[in-house]
Amino acid sequence: MNKPNLKASDFKSDLTPIWCPGCGDFHVLMSITRALAATGRPPEQVAAISGIGCSSRIPAYTNCYGFHGVHGRALPVAAGLKVARPDLTVLALSGDGDGFSIGGNHFLHACRRNIDMTYIVMDNRVYGMTKGQPSPTTEPDWDSALSPGGTGLSPFHPLVIALASGANFVAREFSGDIKGCTATIAEAIRHPGFSFVEILSPCVTFRPDEREWKGKVHKASVPETDDPARAARRIMTDDGMNTGILYRGKRRPYHTSVSDEAGDIAALETRFEI
Amino acid sequence: MLRALNYRKLVLEYMIWVNRQIHHAGGSRMADTRSARENVSFAVVGTGGKGAITAGAILLEAAGKGGWHGLLTRSVGPQIRGGEAAALVRLATKPAFTMARDFNILVALDWKNADRFISAMPVARGGLVIADPASGSAPRAVQEASCTIAEVPIAALAKEIGGGRENMVAVGLVARLVGLEEEAVMEVIAARLGRKGRAAVDSGRACLEAGMEAAEALVPAFPLAPAPERDSPRWLITGNEAMGLGLLRGGIRFAAAYPITPATDLLEYLAPALSRIGGALLQAEDELASINMALGASFGGRPSVTATSGPGLALMMESLGLAAASETPVVVVDVMRVGPSTGIATKSEQSDLNIAVHGFHGDAPHVVLAPLGVADCLFVGQWAVHLAESLQTPVIVLSDQSIGQARVVIDRPADMQFLTRRKAFRATGEPYLRYALTADGVSPMAIPGQPGGQYTADGLTHAQSGAPSSAAKDQSEQMAKRARKIELFDFGDYWGEIEGPEEAETVILTWGSMAGAAREALGGDTRLIALRLISPLPVGQIQPALKGAKRVLLVEQNASGQLYRHIRAHMDLPGEVRQLNREGPDLIGPQEIAATLRDWSPA
Repeated sequence: MNKPNLKASDFKSDLTPIWCPGCGDFHVLMSITRALAATGRPPEQVAAISGIGCSSRIPAYTNCYGFHGVHGRALPVAAGLKVARPDLTVLALSGDGDGFSIGGNHFLHACRRNIDMTYIVMDNRVYGMTKGQPSPTTEPDWDSALSPGGTGLSPFHPLVIALASGANFVAREFSGDIKGCTATIAEAIRHPGFSFVEILSPCVTFRPDEREWKGKVHKASVPETDDPARAARRIMTDDGMNTGILYRGKRRPYHTSVSDEAGDIAALETRFEI
Repeated sequence: MLRALNYRKLVLEYMIWVNRQIHHAGGSRMADTRSARENVSFAVVGTGGKGAITAGAILLEAAGKGGWHGLLTRSVGPQIRGGEAAALVRLATKPAFTMARDFNILVALDWKNADRFISAMPVARGGLVIADPASGSAPRAVQEASCTIAEVPIAALAKEIGGGRENMVAVGLVARLVGLEEEAVMEVIAARLGRKGRAAVDSGRACLEAGMEAAEALVPAFPLAPAPERDSPRWLITGNEAMGLGLLRGGIRFAAAYPITPATDLLEYLAPALSRIGGALLQAEDELASINMALGASFGGRPSVTATSGPGLALMMESLGLAAASETPVVVVDVMRVGPSTGIATKSEQSDLNIAVHGFHGDAPHVVLAPLGVADCLFVGQWAVHLAESLQTPVIVLSDQSIGQARVVIDRPADMQFLTRRKAFRATGEPYLRYALTADGVSPMAIPGQPGGQYTADGLTHAQSGAPSSAAKDQSEQMAKRARKIELFDFGDYWGEIEGPEEAETVILTWGSMAGAAREALGGDTRLIALRLISPLPVGQIQPALKGAKRVLLVEQNASGQLYRHIRAHMDLPGEVRQLNREGPDLIGPQEIAATLRDWSPA
């Protein structure tokens, strides 16, 4: 079923993104289409599922099947789709507000369920579409109109949560590193089970300070591990700018078998007969 | 046989007759109970875990095998175990749609917590109460009733039998009193206990015999009239099971599930049934997830469902709007319970009509259905899938606890055939317009995997291609298209049921489960209109059905008259209009409907 000669452009639609100039999500879109071309699945066998927010606009910018749902619910849509159609490659695409705040509960249970799909969260530590409110990953002292002086809240740590909840593949990338993003996303798609990739994707409009991320990120200095305890210690103690594949687990993916046969419905009646 | 000797001695030793206020001509000790009855009702009560409900279920099944009709409902407290539990059973020679108002026989395994629920199962005048003297005296309501109280040492009888259970003794008592054959009951017991081995079956038989013998002194009691000849195969089924089977017949191959009373047993029916026919059920973390899982699976081409109750439906509303906007077929079964909020989870009410019809934000055309009884759950489940798939729209089915959890003997329903098919996409080489403006409003829907059919399903206002749009033109066109597909669809004769004479002056107008009580209340000159299609309201069918009506009685189980207000938003009603409605859990019964009509003397 795989086609060897696919190009990134085969996965792009002709819609123009609504994103601000300089938005990190442009690079993420580019990396996703390149990664899909590398995996060799034709666009009609790929489904991109999203919720609400700047990053969640991606499905329509691809030439895959897409589902742009309600805020926070990309993961359950993706889960239902993958269980019903295990033959498809399923990507769930989200942002830090969509994925970790309103959709936070689904994140925990998607990791636990370990359905074979790839979850890419573009983390810019701000609600961009609503023009600059703090998200779960925003620093506690970041000043905004909605939370003057900062929220004072401890930031959410997506990678640790993913690991603790049972995700089978955990990685962090920086949107500006298209080569690194592409390679990691392709690996995430290939890896069985629930793969989680956090991509630091700057919001240059509401978080201009994030332009500095380019100089702060660095490749992980040690190789990936399959030991969750080691991975957790590394992730808990790194500076949040460490990129690359951090954990690649061996959990068995969620399994159900579905069939296209009609099934013997009449046989279901016998238990009611008296 | 030691067992036999012991229990006979016990029966003689403990059986005490207590006659109370039996006002009966001729001064007989018991009410006239010799003539065979078309209807016999009984209740088995006891602390949860003692098997009162199993006892009722065994008796219903045995009667069903013998050709009688019947209905079992459960009355349970909020406790998971150790609370009160009661099986309420009505056996009849004709199909039974509602539970009896009062009970000919009440068997109490114990009287623990009886004060809390005994008012819901009053003993009929001249009725018989069987209680174990070891469990203390009967509650006041029972002592004051015009009934006979017989004391039978149920626990002691069961104890004398190795592995004996009190509820099986109760089965024997009732079986003898209503005239069920021992072997017919034994067949059911053996089927249920067979897995536990020979000893369990033997002990079941011993208990059954002990109960039947203990009841010997009380007969003749309430013998059922002979069962009519069976003219079709019979089923023993609950409303939730019938709904599940209907959904599968309709083509459902994916279900998402989050547990909630009283819908859980529907989901638990679907789980193994789906895996038998090559489908899948996914347990969700909450109802926000379950509806979205169903949408994902449906987007993938598999007809999908989730089932819930009022609180869960409230959580699903945003995503049901998405289903309407993205034109993703999905069925949501709401097995209604007493609301608002947590309400009474184990009791029935018809109070989610408002949220089902009006709960969406924005204008979101969709379909709302309600089954007219347990048997009708089968049809409505199947029809719901047909409508969702044909119209690419959400369909909400309003079942409720009173039919969902009622176990009923029914004639095997006729097979229905629908040509259920999504309008399919075929690649033409032209750019694919997922939301193309068509005459009937339904557009070809591509399924992931189909080359050339790629599109993004979207809750954003979109152009025909699916591309997001904020243009007024697209909003208007797409809004009109979605409204059109519902407006132009021919729902056929399935919109409701009409019974009784044409152009009757008195009409009962009702919906969903309340149709059963209304049907049993029908007199010679009254007509019944029971709505199965709630939204879109079938005004064009209701109006002619009301022709000649001078009195219209709206019957529904909610406090605010939700159907009445819904109808009045769309049409006028002829003549004088009255409402018989109230909140659950006190169900409106046939006698009450009939009395309301009697008291409504023609002007």
